[in-house]
Amino acid sequence: MTAFADHPPLEEQISQWRIYLRRRRAINGPDVEELEGHLRDQVAALTNAGLTGDEAFLVAVKRMGSLDALSREFAREHSERLWKQLIIAPDGAGEAAHTTHRETILVVLLAVAAAVAIKAPVLFGVQFADENAPFYARNLSFFVLPLLTGYFAWKRGLTATTKVLLAVTFAAGALFANVYPFGPDSHTGILTVLHLPIALWLAVGVAYAGGRWFAGGARMDFVRFSGELVIYYVLIALGGGVLTGFTVMMFQAIGINVEWLAGQWIIPCGAMGAVLVGSWLVEAKQSVVENMAPVLTRLFTPLFTVVLLVFLATMTWTGSPIQVEREVLIAFDLLLALVVGLVLYAASARDPQAPPDLFDALQLVLIASALLVDGVALAAIAARISEFGFTPNRTAALGENLILLVNLAWSAWLYARFLRGRGQFMALERWQMAYLPVYSAWAALVVIVFPPLFNYL
Amino acid sequence: MDLGKDLVAASATPLVLAILAEGDSYGYAIIKRVNELSGGHLQWTDGMLYPVLHRLERQGLVAARWGASEIGRRRKYYRITRDGRAQLAAQREQWRVVDDTLHAIWMKARTI
Repeated sequence: MTAFADHPPLEEQISQWRIYLRRRRAINGPDVEELEGHLRDQVAALTNAGLTGDEAFLVAVKRMGSLDALSREFAREHSERLWKQLIIAPDGAGEAAHTTHRETILVVLLAVAAAVAIKAPVLFGVQFADENAPFYARNLSFFVLPLLTGYFAWKRGLTATTKVLLAVTFAAGALFANVYPFGPDSHTGILTVLHLPIALWLAVGVAYAGGRWFAGGARMDFVRFSGELVIYYVLIALGGGVLTGFTVMMFQAIGINVEWLAGQWIIPCGAMGAVLVGSWLVEAKQSVVENMAPVLTRLFTPLFTVVLLVFLATMTWTGSPIQVEREVLIAFDLLLALVVGLVLYAASARDPQAPPDLFDALQLVLIASALLVDGVALAAIAARISEFGFTPNRTAALGENLILLVNLAWSAWLYARFLRGRGQFMALERWQMAYLPVYSAWAALVVIVFPPLFNYL
Repeated sequence: MDLGKDLVAASATPLVLAILAEGDSYGYAIIKRVNELSGGHLQWTDGMLYPVLHRLERQGLVAARWGASEIGRRRKYYRITRDGRAQLAAQREQWRVVDDTLHAIWMKARTI
């Protein structure tokens, strides 16, 4: 039908229609293509029957059905496409164009605010330099997370009580990050740096869930959001790295050194702003890489399982014990955290109603082998714990190991029940969701209690 | 004659499966075939067919692949699977029961 090319208005109308269709969150790219193909077939048939292009287009669109009804039907069939939207559009179906526009402006302003926030301490004489690194590291969360929380508070229309509660949380966090007299190389100070964002991420989650943290599904949505945000952030960071590299390189070519600009401005400001922009992108689903986290999970679950099994086999075969070094506990913490992540994101993408399949069995093998490896490591560490004594780092690492171990042990039990047809997959998902606040609670404990407990060591 | 919404929805699955059992097809052609078969009495809103097709695909009753149309546009073709054929046979049996039952009572009503 090259004849279409002779009727630009028709092509224009079709592309208009396609744009309207694209705005529907329940209808994705290939669906739009499929529906457009249908529309074109219909238009072609009608023009062959003697209608003009305009008439044919109108009839074809009418026969296609109203977009609202259509996207409702698609939504019913593809509910997984809607997980973000479920709580995003509080005012019902319509996303008025001006709301989107206002949101864009707000996000840009918030990103700029985050960029300004990280430079604000300079005004008070705290230069962005090595000697102030502990200050910046401890306060990193406060340059960006309150703004992110504010964004969700605005978007979800939080109640005043929730807003006050969140504000108090951040204020308390800022207090604990800064009132303790940490020394320059304080271990508890470093622990605060590592744990504060985890503790405060829960506050972001409460705002994300629109205050209905306890409502079904809200936490899982937040887990999905977090995973996608990490992926978006990494992508943006890669782009930012390329941009920075080019900037430095090009100015070097004309004999001007702009490394200070990159180090003092582009990288810190960009890193802050990117959190907000990334969040907004995940929200707006401007996404080609949508739901990437579950894909990565599928990809890496078998690989990690193989590595763990080979590791166990090698350890048994050679009989070489785990070298109990300083970092070994932390390494095993990271391993467990990674396995928990894999379980979490596999669950996030799984249809809870579906019967057990091979992948579920693989997950169980993964969890079991991780537990086994960690058990061996813990035994080795326990044997020498008296020798080490309880330093802040070791206590924190041990606590985390136990928290993750409990989570995985119970997950393994639930998986096993599910695989034998004695339990529902939902039980596993509920367990993981119920466990989420535990991480933040422990992180808060480390931030609040550890420094005085260990004399700000 | 306009069919009720529920009846249209209920008949969609066996109709689509039966049409695909005749041979692979795509959305627009399926709609056209439904129109032909029903003599225009069974009017579907065109767009509504696609969620049905996607559901059948998810249930494994049909398989989809992207091919090209006569003018070279990308087009999604659907094929009935073995499960789909089994489902079609089952549905056919169920519809026969409904049909027989209604038929029986309506014939009786006529003879009284």
